[in-house]
Amino acid sequence: MDLLGHLATGFGVALTPYNLLYALAGALVGTLIGVLPGIGPVATIAMLLPITYGMPPVSALIMLAGIYYGAQYGGSTTSILLNMPGETSSAVTCLDGYQMARKGQAGAALAVAALGSFFAGCVSTVFVATVAIPLSELALKFGPAEYCSLMTLGLIGSVVLAHGSLLKAIAMVVLGLLLGIVGTDVNSGTARFAFGIPQLIDGIGIVSVAMGLFGFAEIIANLESDEKRELIGAKVRTLWLSKEQFKEAWPAVLRGTGLGSMLGVLPGGGALLASFASYAVEKKIASDPSRFGKGAIQGVAGPESANNAGAQTSFIPLLTLGIPENAVMAMMVGAMTIHNIQPGPQVMTSNPALFWGLVTSMWVGNLMLVVLNLPLIGIWIKLLQVPYRVLYPAILLFCSIGVYTVSNEPFDVIQTAVFGALGILFLKLECEPAPLLLGFVLGPMMEENLRRALLLSRGDPTVFVTRPISLGLLLAAVALLVLIALPNLRKTREEAFVEAET
Amino acid sequence: MARIRHPKDFIAGLIFVAFGVTAIVVGSNYTLGTAARMGPGYFPRVLGTLLILLGGALSVRSLWLQGSPLPSWRWRPTLVVLGSVVLFGLCIAPPRVFGVALPSLGLVLSTVILIMLSSSASTEFRPREAMVSSVLLAALAVGVFVIGLKLQLPIWPGQR
Repeated sequence: MDLLGHLATGFGVALTPYNLLYALAGALVGTLIGVLPGIGPVATIAMLLPITYGMPPVSALIMLAGIYYGAQYGGSTTSILLNMPGETSSAVTCLDGYQMARKGQAGAALAVAALGSFFAGCVSTVFVATVAIPLSELALKFGPAEYCSLMTLGLIGSVVLAHGSLLKAIAMVVLGLLLGIVGTDVNSGTARFAFGIPQLIDGIGIVSVAMGLFGFAEIIANLESDEKRELIGAKVRTLWLSKEQFKEAWPAVLRGTGLGSMLGVLPGGGALLASFASYAVEKKIASDPSRFGKGAIQGVAGPESANNAGAQTSFIPLLTLGIPENAVMAMMVGAMTIHNIQPGPQVMTSNPALFWGLVTSMWVGNLMLVVLNLPLIGIWIKLLQVPYRVLYPAILLFCSIGVYTVSNEPFDVIQTAVFGALGILFLKLECEPAPLLLGFVLGPMMEENLRRALLLSRGDPTVFVTRPISLGLLLAAVALLVLIALPNLRKTREEAFVEAET
Repeated sequence: MARIRHPKDFIAGLIFVAFGVTAIVVGSNYTLGTAARMGPGYFPRVLGTLLILLGGALSVRSLWLQGSPLPSWRWRPTLVVLGSVVLFGLCIAPPRVFGVALPSLGLVLSTVILIMLSSSASTEFRPREAMVSSVLLAALAVGVFVIGLKLQLPIWPGQR
């Protein structure tokens, strides 16, 4: 079968010692930042982008991808032991995971989270491999009009998960698009919005935007709130499940994997949406919903499987269509651009080793993660005992070095600080930064495709609704908007956020 | 005068409008072109208009939509954290002053400055502990970034 041949190519790439090393590095760093509250995959990928310059593109992408799904493993540890999410996508795990830990079942909770994640990781790797081929064939038929509509759908999708009002999130997207086109216009050579600053002629760096909005703003917010963390349930005795626990957990793992894989592919999807949805489903179908929030193992097994599945399948739109659907994927676009790879359907045909190497590395990475997370759990617990007052200056240091080494330019550091200030302001005003980052990455692509689409149609804007695929995508975007705006759904969406926060 | 019932939305709206106006005013220097042949000014004009509309709607809506009051803002963490980062950038690669290139302070000293200053943003600041951690981190930074990853960073003062 063709697929097997592709997978063989992939394993040939992923299993070279060099790439194994980078997969391990990614998995380790991912677990690390997953465990540590206050730094997420977006800021970490931004921090590590500069050091991937010298690597072969496959190794760079393998490592960066490992950070995202590695963070899903690490995040659960903090949720279970500390009752605070190490990652936002593990927020719902706090509800039942921490309660399990208080009942002395921390080991079982950790085990089911890791094993569920591993199962989900295996299944979703196969899912990525099978869906990718037909989807990229479809994408090759896309013209500029279809791409424009697809990007619109993707950007609207990013709004689904944003806190607060719809209007604000859409405005953030538009602001992102605007920031994205700062710099030299490729068609005319005009330096746009450079304000006479030579460094801005090349555009604003994605590292600065992401690190400022996600990294620095988060640190400042944590310092302002100075909440105390307490490690309860630090005593992890047996890292295994009893027979009854296993029997209760496995259907939830299956459901979480299925749901997560599906939601990962949708625009706006990814780990976060997957875990929320899975928790809601588990609670709804449980024979005794009142057990949830009091240490139900399904409440850990489902979301933890779902977030890992969602993290991996969210690579599908990026790799086949070239459209990032969440902030982490936006960073992956940045990474690919650095290595002169234009994300899109052509990657699979023009660079099969890269494509299949990345896909198979996910399975390899997952295997490493189970090993890293179960037997080595003690090390991660130790790490959690490092007080935040020591931790955050270190994070700041690595961020600053990362930003500076993008182009050895102190201007970049100052620019990042400006975005940090903007980030904290947005945080205060409840404006989510993720839609902005997506818009930022898609800005230049969107302009280029809009330009081409209207050039081909001689300025006729109806081209977007007369071509069937484009029309379908736009209708989907409108449907999504209506769905979010419906009062009923908005209420549940807000409730989901509130539930996750308390 | 109408009362502002949703201050967060109101201010956010004003910020979006400000960005939109800037985009249109600054962008008016760029060739607009037509829909079929877009100039560099076309897309920014569209985005600027959208931002003004969205931001305007947000601000106007805040006059009757009820919202929570503005959160308090402790300035210290913001200023100290961002300030220490900027200072780090300037220490590692100082700008030219009157055409004279100042020497870099090097990674080690810049790290110590960054860690000491940024640590003081915390309410639980402990100078001794911060000192120890700054020395350890400086060693780690040199080991990982300069020796390990071979990045172009001066270690000691004076090098460029």
